[in-house]
Amino acid sequence: MQPAASRPSARPHRSLPARAGIGLKPEHFRAILDTAPDIGFFEIHAENYMVDGGPFHHYLTRIRERYPLSIHGVGLSIGGEGPLDEAHLDRLAALLDRYQPESFSEHLAWSSHGGNFYNDLLPVAYDAATLVRVCEHVERVQERLGRRMLLENPATYIEFAASTMGETDFIGEVVQRSGCGLLLDVNNVHVSCTNHGRDARDYIRALPLDAVAQIHLAGFAVESDSLGAPLLIDSHGAPVAEEVWQLHCHALDWVGPMPTLIERDNDIPALPVLLAEARHAERILERLLPVAAESAVS
Amino acid sequence: MSADFAAALLATDGCCPPGLTTWNGSAPAQRFGVYRNNVVVGLVDALADSFPVTQALVGEDFFRAMAREFVRAHPPRSSVLALYGDGFAGFIEDFPPAAGLPYLADMARLEYLRVMAWHAADACPLAPAAIAALVGDAAVLADARFSFHPSLFLLPSAHAVASLWTAHQSESAALTLAGLDTAAAETALVCRNGLEVEIFCLRPGAASFVASLMQDASFAAAAEAALASDSHFDLAETLALLLRAGAITGIITQRRKS
Repeated sequence: MQPAASRPSARPHRSLPARAGIGLKPEHFRAILDTAPDIGFFEIHAENYMVDGGPFHHYLTRIRERYPLSIHGVGLSIGGEGPLDEAHLDRLAALLDRYQPESFSEHLAWSSHGGNFYNDLLPVAYDAATLVRVCEHVERVQERLGRRMLLENPATYIEFAASTMGETDFIGEVVQRSGCGLLLDVNNVHVSCTNHGRDARDYIRALPLDAVAQIHLAGFAVESDSLGAPLLIDSHGAPVAEEVWQLHCHALDWVGPMPTLIERDNDIPALPVLLAEARHAERILERLLPVAAESAVS
Repeated sequence: MSADFAAALLATDGCCPPGLTTWNGSAPAQRFGVYRNNVVVGLVDALADSFPVTQALVGEDFFRAMAREFVRAHPPRSSVLALYGDGFAGFIEDFPPAAGLPYLADMARLEYLRVMAWHAADACPLAPAAIAALVGDAAVLADARFSFHPSLFLLPSAHAVASLWTAHQSESAALTLAGLDTAAAETALVCRNGLEVEIFCLRPGAASFVASLMQDASFAAAAEAALASDSHFDLAETLALLLRAGAITGIITQRRKS
């Protein structure tokens, strides 16, 4: 029999419910505890809670007692050229150990280089060398955290001449080789496909949809490139756009009901506004779940 | 590849790393500018969140221009952005356009301590009764050492930054600021009490007393030094302040190495 440490994935993690959730924002801590809204789950950015103590942990502890939790990393730099930052992985492991989230996800992007942290999700070239590196990094994360992670498809504004494969093929290879799951960010699909002249539905259908375990929805800002073509910015600063809701409905037809997060990180409105958006997402999910909803009642 | 990309993110010349393409032949440099803008604006926003009074003192335009220069010269070394800005005060001190506000760097120091206190480890403050019991036994108290909440910090300043910070918390800041002598030296005490970070202004004797205790001096030695430095030192008032602030977490009455 192998020692437990050599098979860290032995510990079972419950999964997020196929309901709508929202990002947890400090502005809403008290309102959430006071009003106990009926919401499927909350998601936090891991790095915001990598502090020793204080109000963030105080409120997260109490909110986590009442709701399922998704931890979403924004600073691991999985697409980075250097090795993963083991100190960051240690902080992440401690956070996951403390809060036991139902889900952990990160991005197909890089954010650190040469010891500097750029605080943005920067794009990678889709070539053989990057593929090997990203797979090694995802495998290291899963080994260190003792669980399967979800990888999120990126929102990008440029592409690399060095790329030798398409983004969906690249993601498919990472999922297949590393065994990670996929966080399908429908807003990112819409943003990237608009920015690179692709068909968003074709893009989604080309992804390894069996691996999808969560969906992200968010708002974008509209700018234009030097030729006047629309250049969408993944701002997380606006309500989910109608085109993204429509794309989301198609995606759900293909992947089935999924935990669905409304992401909002800028121009954050009052809690009821986000809850109303989440209810809209939940009504879409309920249309797919007539049987499950009935059996839940009985 | 990332090295070129990373360097161009913080460059001011608008240059674009090589090897970028666009589907429609539009200019890669303009699209790359989205990343540069995201990086710089995001980091400047993080500083604005952590240094609100520093920003209020110079105005938003000045602050953001100064923060942009800091961001480009000192990008974060950690992805824990809540603690980004260590070094911002030192940068401000050497930033010639801010030379007209000699207290600005210390205000940034105070606000950074406030952020540190906000996120410092949790600890249980000592109940006032625990100290009351000791006060009766002068010999034991004289040799006692204090342990403090991890969020407790002192900032001695040649300027009235604690008063200035406090004035900026009220709606009528302009009114309160009118009578303030910014050139008066002050020591600020920063400590998180429950879920709130409080800032107090200490008189010289109290500042000396707390500083000595924080350096593990005995109660008697700290009180003696405080009195020597400030004949107006009020021991009871200072102890009451430390208790009210939730700053004391333990009193060690047996001499031992810390």
